Amino acid sequence: MHFSGFRVLAEGLRGGSGWRPFWRKAAPAAEYDAIVIGGGGHGLATAYYLAREHRLARIAVLEKGWVGSGNIGRNTTIVRATYMIPGNQEFYSASLKMWETLAQELNFNLMYSPRGLLMLFHSDGQRDAFARRGNAMLVQGDDAQLLDREGLRALVPYLDFEQTRFPLHGALLHPRGGTVRHDAVAWAYARAADARGVDIIENCEVTGFDITGGKVTGVQTSRGAIRAGRVGMVAAGRSGELAARAGLRLPIESHILQAFVTEGLKPFIHHVISYGMGHFYISQSDKGGLVFGGDIDFYPSYAQRGNLPMAEHVMEAAMTLMPAIGRARVLRSWGGIMDMTPDGSPIIDRTPVEGLYLDAGWNYGGFKATPASGLCMAHLMATDAPHPLARRYRLDRFATGALIDEEGTGATHHLH
Amino acid sequence: MRLICPLCGARDRREFTWVGAAELLPRPAPGGDLVAWLHLRENPAGPLDELWLHSAGCGALLRARRDTRSHATAGLVLAGGAR
Repeated sequence: MHFSGFRVLAEGLRGGSGWRPFWRKAAPAAEYDAIVIGGGGHGLATAYYLAREHRLARIAVLEKGWVGSGNIGRNTTIVRATYMIPGNQEFYSASLKMWETLAQELNFNLMYSPRGLLMLFHSDGQRDAFARRGNAMLVQGDDAQLLDREGLRALVPYLDFEQTRFPLHGALLHPRGGTVRHDAVAWAYARAADARGVDIIENCEVTGFDITGGKVTGVQTSRGAIRAGRVGMVAAGRSGELAARAGLRLPIESHILQAFVTEGLKPFIHHVISYGMGHFYISQSDKGGLVFGGDIDFYPSYAQRGNLPMAEHVMEAAMTLMPAIGRARVLRSWGGIMDMTPDGSPIIDRTPVEGLYLDAGWNYGGFKATPASGLCMAHLMATDAPHPLARRYRLDRFATGALIDEEGTGATHHLH
Repeated sequence: MRLICPLCGARDRREFTWVGAAELLPRPAPGGDLVAWLHLRENPAGPLDELWLHSAGCGALLRARRDTRSHATAGLVLAGGAR
């Protein structure tokens, strides 16, 4: 079913009787060429690119709950290519380019909004660091523009520029950064994958792996055993739990990251604003709600809810940066389970079990990576070789020392 | 979340710094698997043995067993054992 303006008009005239579900309710078959565990953004994208790029005929996505019930529906919808370290730089740059044409490719309105992302700085030293980052982004082929205080004031006059904690000296503007409607990404990939014959099997939890002679031969699920020679684990915050069922331990801790949304307001924040010193970032959704968040709670958690000290810290940062926000009422908050690696960068790699692949460790940055992650994971599963964009996302980099330490804080679990 | 320090009593979570999983306590012998000790984690959804530092309190390194699904924490004890 192709979506178009004509189609909307035609369906409007006949009472919407022609609309159909976006994907089939598939039941598991006995065997597949490839199984992707996890029906979130990355898993569905992996299945889609396995079908589109590598023409695998029998592909299944196994989802424990329902499509899009994990972090793809529990993030702050920001896309950007503001990375500086080789490994991350080319990967996120490619991902942003994919976002720019994804709605057309998937024939689904993703509400892609390149509204511009502002990264605030507060000192001469931080300005120099952002100038360097901006240059790295330009060299990579992305866009960046260094704004001084007056340039920033012209864009966002409502910020408190004279605050005593972190006075604003300017910002690095990334014009192509912005937001995408997060749930729509899951639905669009699910629909496009289904159209290419992928079985999307919901309410199907993987409870174990069949491994013979160091090679995966299938999975045990809550809906029976399924055979496959290629299995991809794309389970985000649950990666550690899932890998343990294959007898693996991962360099991952699952932490809680909170986000908040206010009641709907008239449009007044026209950018994504990142206030790194206050551990705070904010944007305004198309519905009008202010969507904002901060740092992780800094202890492992699967509770999907955070604690009040971090909520208070985020509110304090919001009030410091833009006192006007004090009049807005918070509508709801939530906590996502983040698969945190020691160096803060992801893993797309083979595992010690042949035929078993891992796509995990997305820390707080998984959403923007969705298209490129799917592309690279599909390439890895189909060819058993890393995609050039993801060749540094190795599982063994903590042993070899080839770390991707974007934050520069060192590869230590409790620092990310 | 409040944690009960064996020296100070029940205190706000903000007084404590999470240090890591208690797997960190027994260091591998020289020549042992340092990479696994430093980086690999059991990361359970359920009871987790872990270390908290009472950084804004008495400064003691404490050991706890906390359920990562509910944040329910059993009594904290001194990580080095009672003196």
